[in-house]
Amino acid sequence: MSNMQAWDADRAQARIRELERLPGALLPILHALQEEFGYIDPAATPLIASALNLSHAEVHGVISFYHDFRHSAPGKHVLRICRAESCQSMGCDALIQHVEKRLGVKLGETTPDQSLTVEQVFCLGNCALSPAVMMDGEPYGRVSPNVADFLIDSARRPQ
Amino acid sequence: MSVRVYVPRDSAALSVGAEGVARAIASEASSRGLDISLVRNGSRGMFWLEPLVEVETAQGRIAYGPVSREAVASLFDAGFLEGKAHALCLGPTEEIPYLKQQDRLTFARCGIVDPLSLPDYIAHGGYRGLTQALAMEPLAIVEAVKNSGLRGRGGAGFPTGIKWNTVLQAEADQKYICCNGDEGDSGTYADRMIMEGDPFVLIEGMTIAAIAVKATQGYIYSRSEYPHAFRTMQRAIAIAYENGYLGANVAGSGKRFDLEVRLGAGAYICGEETSMLDSLEGRRGQIRPKPPLPALEGLFGKPTVVNNLITLATVPIILDKGADYYRDFGMGRSRGTLTIQLAGNIKHGGLVETAFGMTLQDAIYTFGGGTATGRPLRAVQVGGPLGAYFPASFLDTQLDYEAFAARKGMLGHGGIVVFDDTVDLAKQARFAMEFCAIESCGKCTPCRVGSTRGVEVIDRIIANQNRTQNLRLLDDLCELMLDGSLCALGGLIPLPVMSAIRHFPEDFDRPAPTSPALLNPDVLTADREKNPWR
Repeated sequence: MSNMQAWDADRAQARIRELERLPGALLPILHALQEEFGYIDPAATPLIASALNLSHAEVHGVISFYHDFRHSAPGKHVLRICRAESCQSMGCDALIQHVEKRLGVKLGETTPDQSLTVEQVFCLGNCALSPAVMMDGEPYGRVSPNVADFLIDSARRPQ
Repeated sequence: MSVRVYVPRDSAALSVGAEGVARAIASEASSRGLDISLVRNGSRGMFWLEPLVEVETAQGRIAYGPVSREAVASLFDAGFLEGKAHALCLGPTEEIPYLKQQDRLTFARCGIVDPLSLPDYIAHGGYRGLTQALAMEPLAIVEAVKNSGLRGRGGAGFPTGIKWNTVLQAEADQKYICCNGDEGDSGTYADRMIMEGDPFVLIEGMTIAAIAVKATQGYIYSRSEYPHAFRTMQRAIAIAYENGYLGANVAGSGKRFDLEVRLGAGAYICGEETSMLDSLEGRRGQIRPKPPLPALEGLFGKPTVVNNLITLATVPIILDKGADYYRDFGMGRSRGTLTIQLAGNIKHGGLVETAFGMTLQDAIYTFGGGTATGRPLRAVQVGGPLGAYFPASFLDTQLDYEAFAARKGMLGHGGIVVFDDTVDLAKQARFAMEFCAIESCGKCTPCRVGSTRGVEVIDRIIANQNRTQNLRLLDDLCELMLDGSLCALGGLIPLPVMSAIRHFPEDFDRPAPTSPALLNPDVLTADREKNPWR
């Protein structure tokens, strides 16, 4: 996540152009923009709408439907903690409490120094090694509070 | 000669340090001047042993696990490159009882081959099914799949051949094959393992489906939660194109089939086939009322085969070895193999592919080794978040679509989540409603509003406010959601809720037996004509 760029309308337009001809192009475009900027800037809506010949409302409706698409920039790193049943059976609730307490933020929030966003996710497909988390797209299994601390410290350490 | 060493690149293996182990092995070998070739395979599916390192020796592959980065030097010291003894040595991989007692058909190559080596795929029997299919008439392919008894592995268990036949008979200028790889059920990871461990088998299965129904375009709908699977699948598709297995002239047959993998965006509902189609079209993933069936009016309004990933990945072996070979596995109307995924509070979590009919008891104890915490097992949820919670007394249930339906449960995608005696089923019932509220697509009122009301009612039951009346209200709400919801999300969420109340009354601070209304078996009928995930 650390290679995210600040919002840039020209760059966004270029990514939209690359993908606009795909059948059902909207999700691939939204993924590309989020990969580039870490979120979908509201200024992207008219650009996408015009490229795909959709109304602003239709584009906004799709962005807001999917849990993945963020409406504002996340922290430098993103920690996603699984809250589904398999991870519940191995104590993810306690893990979440630990992380929230340690960082002073709730799920869905970013630390005040903008270094880390913590999100909930429903199933990372690592259910034989619950509880599972994902830090910047990399999976971790059997995550104890100690392991979570280690991941958080490593990510936030100044490079 | 260089020694082949296998270190999985499966996400679960990576999640416990496989990348560091692979790097340590490479650097240790180079500093000792030893010639090894490192293969990044998929996982064998024995996740408590990951990272599981294998070495190819004259005696076959020898396994070591779980290997930590720190243990690598001592493995070299012990002579693991010759398969010699070490505290982590597990002996020949194929002799490990967990693997030996399985019937690996769909997963025949997973964990064995290099996932991105086409020559490896072909050397292990790959593309034999397609070769057979290309020599057959489309109807004959459909008949073979029908005769194999293969049913949709997404959970609904609809006969695959019948669905294919509908699409074959439909007249259209364009038809599609859509692979539902939106594996959102907690406790499941079989789709991910195939995409990461044997992606060509899915490409081959989809190609056979395309030839059978005369489709020319395919889409794999995968999950954003599976970034590694997505990348492996993309690379495998590119390799298949480069080698003439996709594109305008599939394997020299003159037939076209194009394939693309797309990502969902964290919406559980997109595992429902019509939502998935809307999502692929670039819309909100909302349910479409049926009819029309997707087989007749599916993606972009055209006839579309929508199959679960495991279903499609099972097609090649059926064409290769014949319908009878596959049908000879299994019991009753559940033919072939089931890919059981042991998850949650389980000692030996992993993938068990075996003929239908094993009991939950055998899956959880013979294979799974009981709970991870060592505490008594109290509840089991099979079939994901819409599956029923079974008590320990139900462990004699056979893993079979009909056997589960008879006990008001569902087999779903084969995920088994085990809970020990610290579980609170009132909390689990509340979570089921909460999950439904978060993931409801909003199209129909019973699911959209019912789930939020469900959370509130369960909160009042837990807080002991008018408990008897609120239990009756919850019962009524569940019945309404079951009967009135458009799809399986709202329609099946009563399963975990009501099974928790029925089987674990003490967690709701009630003495068993419960009120007559709650014991009425007609209230929950998973096997009635709903349209569960397909």
